[in-house]
Amino acid sequence: MERNLVRIALFAALIAALGVIPKIDMGFGVPITAQSLGIMLCGTMLGARNGALAVLLFLALTAMGLPLLAGGRGGIGLFVSPTVGFLVGFPIAAFVTGWLMGWQKELSTVGTFNAAAFGGIVTLYLFGIPGIALVTGKPLVEAFWASMVFVPGDVVKAAIAATVTVAVARARPGLVQA
Amino acid sequence: MLTLTSERVTPAHAWPAGVKLGGLALFTLGLFATQGALAAGLGLALPLAAALALGLVRDWLRLFRPLLWIGAVILAWHALTGSALEGLAATLRLFAAFGAANLVTMTTRLAEMQAVFLRLARPLAPLIPPARIALAMALVIRFIPVLSLRAAQLSAAWRARSARRIGWPLIFAITLAALDDAEHVAEALRARGGAG
Repeated sequence: MERNLVRIALFAALIAALGVIPKIDMGFGVPITAQSLGIMLCGTMLGARNGALAVLLFLALTAMGLPLLAGGRGGIGLFVSPTVGFLVGFPIAAFVTGWLMGWQKELSTVGTFNAAAFGGIVTLYLFGIPGIALVTGKPLVEAFWASMVFVPGDVVKAAIAATVTVAVARARPGLVQA
Repeated sequence: MLTLTSERVTPAHAWPAGVKLGGLALFTLGLFATQGALAAGLGLALPLAAALALGLVRDWLRLFRPLLWIGAVILAWHALTGSALEGLAATLRLFAAFGAANLVTMTTRLAEMQAVFLRLARPLAPLIPPARIALAMALVIRFIPVLSLRAAQLSAAWRARSARRIGWPLIFAITLAALDDAEHVAEALRARGGAG
């Protein structure tokens, strides 16, 4: 019980820490922040329920005024900005990722990538795109095309999440819950 | 770690957090129910006037910085598709809602915000006891600087050894550190009587 609680808390802190590291090279020479990678890792490492709780904890502290989002952003204002859909989608994305992790018979990079991509990209954008449309006053189709710019970066993040998850499972057998 | 609460104490710091948040919710709902640039502009004038009256206007304006380019993109996007006036209304509405929310964030201390959150979470008590949520929040606040420092040290070590940009092994090392720390902290909590 303590273990679950502490893991949830430390992964919430991990999402925040990933927001402050210098932008990393994701492979194509396109530097992107690693924060949304943290959302995927919560799902792949902690499983559906605990992963979603870790993300909710992170969001609650951000809303309370801690500047935890990349670029030192925080506060309730974020929940009326165009990113609102993505913020709402974060815990659900972690949940779906964790749930899909359970579909693999044994942990594999490909299976983990699929879970992270379906949870962290498809599910997330399902919430993110209506958020953009609502706040900017644009039709859904235009919001959809506008947000496609970020998908290639997210695919790379899903690949990194899968690689890291499998590497951690090898380094600490039994610690990856999904 | 610094919160976004203003260090300059204003009369609004003393108002109950629940009232401020309730007022903000009503203001935002009202704002998004209006149509047109004029109403949105008036909506922006309200938090601006409050920020001026409270003497917080400089810090308040600074919080808009990350939103400026988003506003510019929305305006340009609408202008290109021939709905410039709608774009102006959407941008003003966004700035008004964002500004009002930031005012509440700036005038409410973390402990009071936390109290409101825990009160809102009380119906969940049979599933997740509020004491456990409070403990988890304290752990997060304690461990953000720990993990951030670890991340900074690891990236410094990387740069000292490689000319290449930092890649995924850094994420692996930080994740492993978080999992290992979690084991130690969980053991320490159990040794002291558990999380309750």
